[in-house]
Amino acid sequence: MNITIDINGKDVTAAIEPRVTLLDFVRDVAGLKGTHAGCEHGVCGACTVLLDGEAVRSCLILAAQAEGSQITTIEAVDGTTRQPGELSIIQDAFCESHGLQCGYCTPGMVLAAKTLLQHNPTPSREQVRDAISGNICRCTGYVQIIDAIMLAAERLQGRNQPADGA
Amino acid sequence: MRDKKYRFLSQPRRVVEDRRFVAGKGHYIADYDHADMAHVALMPCHLPAARIDAIDASAALAMPGVIDVVTGAELAAAIDPLMNGLDTPKVRRYPLAVGQVRYAGEWVCAVIAESRAIAEDAIEHIRLETTALPFVLDPEQALRDDSPPVHPDHNSNLLLDKKFVWGPVDDDFAAADHQLDFCVTWGRNSTVPIETFGVVAEWNAWAQMLDIRASVQMPKYADQIARALGLAGNQVRVHYDIDVGGSYGVKRGIKHAVLTGYLARKLHRPVRLIEDRLENMRAGDAHGPERKFDVSVAFDKDGTVRSMKMRALDNAGAYAGRAPFQLGKPIGAIVGPYRIGSVAYQAISVTTNKAAQEAVRGFGQAPTNYALETAMDRVAAFLDMDRLALRQHNLIKADEFPYLIPSGSTYDSGDYHTVIDKVMATADYPRLVATCNQLRKDGMMAGIGIAACLEPSGGNASFEPLLNESNQTTTWMESCQINIDALGTVTARIHTTSSGQGHETLVSTVIGEILGIDPDSIRVVRPNSLESLPGNSPVGSRMAIMLGGAAARAAEKLKAKILAIAAHHLQCDAANIDYQGGAMLSANGRHITWGDIIELAHRQIHGLPDGMDPGLASFDIMQVPTGGDLPKDGKVHMYPCYSFEFHLVLVTFDPIIGKPEIRSYTIGHDCGTVINPAIVSGMTYGGIAHGIGAALLEEFAYDESGQLMTQSFLDYLMPSSHEVPDIQLVKHCTPSPHTVFGQKGSGESGYLGAPAAISSAINHAVAGLDISFDKLPIRMSVISDKIAAATQHRSDSE
Amino acid sequence: MKSASFDYIRPDTLDAVCACLASHPDARIIAGGQSLVPMLAMRLARPSLVIDIAHIDGLSAIRDDDSAVVIGAMVRQAKALSDPLVAKHLPLLAKALTHVGHPPTRARGTVGGSLVHADPSAEIPLVAVTLGASLRMRDAGEDVEFHAEEFFIGPMLTMTPPTACLFEICFAKPTCAYVGTGFHEVAARRSDYALAAAAAHIEADDAGVVQDLRLAIGGISDFPQRLPIDIHIDLSAGMADLGTSLTTAIDAALDDVDIVEDMHASASYRRRVAAELARRAVDDALREIAQDLS
Repeated sequence: MNITIDINGKDVTAAIEPRVTLLDFVRDVAGLKGTHAGCEHGVCGACTVLLDGEAVRSCLILAAQAEGSQITTIEAVDGTTRQPGELSIIQDAFCESHGLQCGYCTPGMVLAAKTLLQHNPTPSREQVRDAISGNICRCTGYVQIIDAIMLAAERLQGRNQPADGA
Repeated sequence: MRDKKYRFLSQPRRVVEDRRFVAGKGHYIADYDHADMAHVALMPCHLPAARIDAIDASAALAMPGVIDVVTGAELAAAIDPLMNGLDTPKVRRYPLAVGQVRYAGEWVCAVIAESRAIAEDAIEHIRLETTALPFVLDPEQALRDDSPPVHPDHNSNLLLDKKFVWGPVDDDFAAADHQLDFCVTWGRNSTVPIETFGVVAEWNAWAQMLDIRASVQMPKYADQIARALGLAGNQVRVHYDIDVGGSYGVKRGIKHAVLTGYLARKLHRPVRLIEDRLENMRAGDAHGPERKFDVSVAFDKDGTVRSMKMRALDNAGAYAGRAPFQLGKPIGAIVGPYRIGSVAYQAISVTTNKAAQEAVRGFGQAPTNYALETAMDRVAAFLDMDRLALRQHNLIKADEFPYLIPSGSTYDSGDYHTVIDKVMATADYPRLVATCNQLRKDGMMAGIGIAACLEPSGGNASFEPLLNESNQTTTWMESCQINIDALGTVTARIHTTSSGQGHETLVSTVIGEILGIDPDSIRVVRPNSLESLPGNSPVGSRMAIMLGGAAARAAEKLKAKILAIAAHHLQCDAANIDYQGGAMLSANGRHITWGDIIELAHRQIHGLPDGMDPGLASFDIMQVPTGGDLPKDGKVHMYPCYSFEFHLVLVTFDPIIGKPEIRSYTIGHDCGTVINPAIVSGMTYGGIAHGIGAALLEEFAYDESGQLMTQSFLDYLMPSSHEVPDIQLVKHCTPSPHTVFGQKGSGESGYLGAPAAISSAINHAVAGLDISFDKLPIRMSVISDKIAAATQHRSDSE
Repeated sequence: MKSASFDYIRPDTLDAVCACLASHPDARIIAGGQSLVPMLAMRLARPSLVIDIAHIDGLSAIRDDDSAVVIGAMVRQAKALSDPLVAKHLPLLAKALTHVGHPPTRARGTVGGSLVHADPSAEIPLVAVTLGASLRMRDAGEDVEFHAEEFFIGPMLTMTPPTACLFEICFAKPTCAYVGTGFHEVAARRSDYALAAAAAHIEADDAGVVQDLRLAIGGISDFPQRLPIDIHIDLSAGMADLGTSLTTAIDAALDDVDIVEDMHASASYRRRVAAELARRAVDDALREIAQDLS
């Protein structure tokens, strides 16, 4: 079947089998490799993308179901306003706190954080914990991820800015 | 805690690798595309033991898009068996089952197709005829004469049975006031990275070269692939610039690479095998140790633990591989941080009809630490002594280092008592006790858990000759190359893949420190195996010591050359030159800039000392500090460094619900000089999360019919952010005398003691009921059921 | 882990859905897909046709129907969770929804999908049974209605006719002056399927006398079940001391439940914990009423 999905503001059209998931469409058709396959059965959260602004699991959605929705992947986490090599505030906070190690779950974590901070700009640590509880990380024990999201929340509020303005 | 001794080392610095990962620009194996790629799916057999009578793939081969179907029989005729670390030549392993299936889920054939989906479709059209065979799952049963042998040619399930007696064990037991025996079991779990294992193999017939890209963390990977495929060493090129989505020891992938390598040569197409989660869980060769300990300890009234007898029975699963050596690493720290004078150790590894075991974070040390710490708790309970006081009484003291343990290793340094004191102060121990008591008053179960553990790091692999005399391995080297180009910028080459350990940051920080230049200006690259020097990958908590060491030594060589050029130019003695960072060198008021040195080295040989080669490049192949001797009389020195960790936790649960909640977690950690604080903290937190999983949630559990019950993430439960509490990390630094900067290993930290600590807390909580939990993971339903039975028993007998 | 092949259709009327079901007996309806897609991926479900009902008008609304709150079959769990009608009239559903999966699965998962999927440990079926919800389906051009208590007949088994499509769920509004609810579940991790769960919805009259006590358990048997509790409770003087009467009643009711066991929890565990959670759920509900009364 022919499918068109708006991914990161661009219409991507392809003839695909109905069984293709949004995850495989994003990776194999749109060629956006920042969205990762972890379990392919909806538990780990590595494949998180934003669908109409909300974090969802792309392995649990058929590509056909996503027609008519706007998909945002890690490659466009902060819209299209930034140059390649320029980090968003959330991404920068993950670097500052080293809220990652192998990087595999990281795009999903960043997107989960983005959804949270959109709805709740001043979350508590417990609320952050809850918001990322559907994203499994095997490297960090989550401590520095929560640190990163708390820092991002502060910086998005204009507080605790980096000294060098980075 | 900034150590002003260093300009860059130990300072809070960002991790170089993080930038690409937060942007989704890591380069993982599944991201590697090729227009002509062929895809592999693997057909499992769901019987735990079966003879393969026939495989009919004709219907599958007739399907559009199906390229080939390969069986174990075809492979066995074309390749050599995979490497086996033990001297058990009849225990052969191939990438696919040959003649016989030995565990449920074992791959019997590989389907190669134009897409992964088509390959999976085709599997459903392959007819597999088998005859079920008797099977064995329990390691004790597997040892019996009447057990079905997993490998009939081997004629027994015994892979390894080594008995060691270090010191006067019998005398110590006879002289001791008391003896206590117990049994504990470490359940089969693993680190289960979120990325499954994946490999792409490409054969270039014109160059006669096999290119391998893989999400791998495996020593001597290229060598093993070449051997199995009958290729020369320089015909296999493993690319180290693939980011690995987590490994923690298990991403070995040797059978996957040999299979895809064979297929790429046969089909003349790039072949890609990315495990799906079911393939990974059932048959990815990634389960960890499953170990039963029978322990006897001999001790005196005052709490002195004199001696220990430990029998460790490990369920290796269906094949041997390298996994049995996981009984060997703990020999290097067999007494933990304690002054136990003599030890008898029996290491037994058996085959059963479960999936093959592979190396997991700690390489067997975490289970052994769990057994050791259980012993300490039991002795304290027996003597009605405070558990902490008992440990403090037995701990090696700071002034006793270097400390030779009975099994032949010498601990480098440590200050265990101080670390513990710092933890007790930070955690406010009296308040923790008060909270625990209050919880109990409120009707909850509550317990405080403690664990004091060692992390042997940077070893020389001498457990290999210790467990297998025909294996003469005594080195486990690591290498680094550095080049300063004609524009004066520094590039270092390292020779392994990276799975989140931050090697690029480690190496640039170390080189920057020695050359006195900004680490962020140094680029670190990971070339392929043919452009590399010998190395052994990030196993055994070794990279800070060994890669950091090799990088430092290579940088020192460069620095010496720079100083020699400067001395020649300034006409003074190199020893009198003040090397002020990379930018400036001065003596007697004269100076030479970094740029001048570069000019001289790259363009002006007439300005160099006589006989000096042009250019600024160096390399170092570093031997393990303190290692190198073969074992003698069952003893050998294994590890240069021993990191220490002390866990203090408060766990509480409702007696009916039984769900443990970690109310407080404090860890004291001493891994010597820290190179990057954020990396070490992250490793430690992550290790604790793994430990929480091992203690409470994670298990590759098989049912009585030999089926793996935890094949997906719906049943194999990994801690989420809800299950890992905030953790207080207390740092301490006792430098190692054997390493360049005093650094020790930290890649296994947290994991080595967390399971012991949590078990300690839960057992402390139920101590008043005269029950105990002797097997990990401790499931909530088991907690509740046991409490209910004990309470019932009490009310019955009242 | 790729699905077997299937065709996909996106009808815009319920009758068209029924027609597809009639012509493809093995077809499966997809709503949010949070349960179906993993089953497809593992090839545990192998429909020849997947029918997407997301584009049918009117299935995504929550409406106030005088005596009831009516939730469309395609209403996402996240939407129900933040809906003011649900918050006001169906506090038990609101409580339970916070336990359903994670925010990313609630963003896609639907109230209706969870009901017809009928996982024995799922929260929404338990609430539907507790509240006596009605499930309205279209089948062969007619509307048919099922009461939740008769709807669930086994693990992933319901009374749904082969050619029917759920289009809305009707939850009656409380009729008494005072309402209290309680919802408790236990899972190995907070967001896992429940090993045991209990829901209570209690209504009391102006005088504080309990007129309607509905208690149900989930996760311990093949489908969620009501536990009949017949105790006179008077909250007029504040929180009532029920002594052992509630515990005894719950225990007696659980005697009639066939309790399952698996590697995560024994049957004895499930029963013990279900009894405890049931007690806590009732306790929570009574306390809410007592508090409102005071």
